Amino acid sequence: MTVSTAKAPARNAFWAGFRDGLPFIFVVIPFSMLFGVVATDAGLTLAQAMGFTVLVIAGAAQFAALQMMMENAALPLVMLAALAVNLRMAMYSASLVPYLGAAPLWKRALVAYLNFDQTYLTSITRYEARPEMSVSQRFLYFMGVAAPITPLWYGMTLLGILLGSSVPDNWALDFILPITFLAMVGPMLKSLAHLAAAAVSVVVALLLIGLPSGTGLLIAAGAAMVTGAAVETWQERRQ
Amino acid sequence: MTYTTGEIWLTIGVLAIGTFLIRFSFLGLIGDRPMPAIVLRLLRFTPVAVLPGMVAPLVLWPAATGGTPDPVRMIAAAATMGIALWTRNVLWGIIGGAATLYAGLAITPFL
Repeated sequence: MTVSTAKAPARNAFWAGFRDGLPFIFVVIPFSMLFGVVATDAGLTLAQAMGFTVLVIAGAAQFAALQMMMENAALPLVMLAALAVNLRMAMYSASLVPYLGAAPLWKRALVAYLNFDQTYLTSITRYEARPEMSVSQRFLYFMGVAAPITPLWYGMTLLGILLGSSVPDNWALDFILPITFLAMVGPMLKSLAHLAAAAVSVVVALLLIGLPSGTGLLIAAGAAMVTGAAVETWQERRQ
Repeated sequence: MTYTTGEIWLTIGVLAIGTFLIRFSFLGLIGDRPMPAIVLRLLRFTPVAVLPGMVAPLVLWPAATGGTPDPVRMIAAAATMGIALWTRNVLWGIIGGAATLYAGLAITPFL
């Protein structure tokens, strides 16, 4: 995670976040464009594809919903699958509580709307590294991380829609998402407990691949969290 | 796709509201009440618990090849992980992984 090291007073928390969010534009540009291209290809109108991007604003869930809609799945199943993919964000929401729980309701609602993988992972890393941050600094930092990402997310989806199906398949844009997530995980594997959690997550998710979309991932994530916490507790007792 | 316009907008609406409620859940409802230590300990592992499990099937059975394992994508995934671990930097991991992917895809037709 790229987290700047300079001490920042309150008014600079936003710009510190902005700086740390900036690298993600290289991820957001291909990913959001890809959604626009695929959605148009699948038969969604410009307004519908933009509706997904602006209102749902959750890449993996948008792709999951689109995939199932292309297969003409029953709509309740489409909704369940896409929401299951997003359930991990309930865990993100909970893990932000110690840092942002004291913020006013409107700020928490705004953070909730913008709480996706990149903003969450970047912000939580900063909060953990700097316990001295005030609640309002944390809020400004979160908004700063979202600031370069969100307009590009909207704009590049629109460009993808307009480009339609003229993007050649050999660009392999599909694999940008896995590469991004792997690159995010690398720097997080900082202890045996984190390694164990990641390993359990992979193994259980692969074992449960046959379950309906997103279900296996949720069980894998739960098992991995318990594993991480258990290994950490065990290591502390040994010392 | 055989849905009516209304059905598509209904889906978008349900997903928009549902996703927001998921994101708002704990942050909105619990506010600044203290959380038990065990919950905090579990939650610290959230990212390493979710992302590897999400990525693993995409690496082994990529959608772009119709689910057939693809050596180029597996090597790109391994390179991404190796570089990100080594440099401790997300962006270098992405750049290195993407470079490996495109180099591999460029070379493949000549093998």
